[in-house]
Amino acid sequence: MVEIVEHPIDAALVLSSVSNPAAGGIAMFVGTTRNHSRGREVTALEYEAYLPMAHTLMTEIARDAAARWGLHAISIVHRLGRLGIGEASVVVAVSSSHRKEAFEACRYAIDTLKKTVPIWKKEFFADGAVWVDGEGWESARPDG
Amino acid sequence: MILVTVRFFALARDLAGTESAPFELPNGATASHMMQLLVDRYPPLGRLKGQFRLAVNSSYADASTALRQNDEVAVIPPVSGG
Repeated sequence: MVEIVEHPIDAALVLSSVSNPAAGGIAMFVGTTRNHSRGREVTALEYEAYLPMAHTLMTEIARDAAARWGLHAISIVHRLGRLGIGEASVVVAVSSSHRKEAFEACRYAIDTLKKTVPIWKKEFFADGAVWVDGEGWESARPDG
Repeated sequence: MILVTVRFFALARDLAGTESAPFELPNGATASHMMQLLVDRYPPLGRLKGQFRLAVNSSYADASTALRQNDEVAVIPPVSGG
């Protein structure tokens, strides 16, 4: 399941979406909104995406990870809109026969999403707001 | 000439001061030409120079990607999802 939603993410639902009787384990990553950034207090965050490109790239990441690590299932859900502190902005869950593949595939999926998927985060402070730079493009260019 | 629609996201939208704009380009224009025209029309985008990428019809473009009539070009500043 690959989804971009504008409501709170139900992590338990994402977890159950990858459950499989042949799986030896499920690895899940939950990205949550942090209350500080570069020494300043963050009061809220806002995410926006370029649709449908963001969904297309997330689907490609899921397909690549499933093929590379022989997963039973993978789900990636990202939330958009305004989020309070401590809320889940992204959830990745993968099931595989063995834990090594589950951990590696889960990490690959979230790392690749953060580098390539056109989603942006704006941090709000008591006295203003800034778009977060992310990790930059240098390590991310799929075309080299 | 060809006509494309350019969409701006996140910081690029703030710098350009608009969400989208039509652009006329010469036949045979590439993403590289498009980048230069964007900075010419919206000088504040120069602040992002070398840091924004273009997507053409929802796929990342490289400098030599050719643009065609009615393409949708997206100006994509460094992403920060997750």
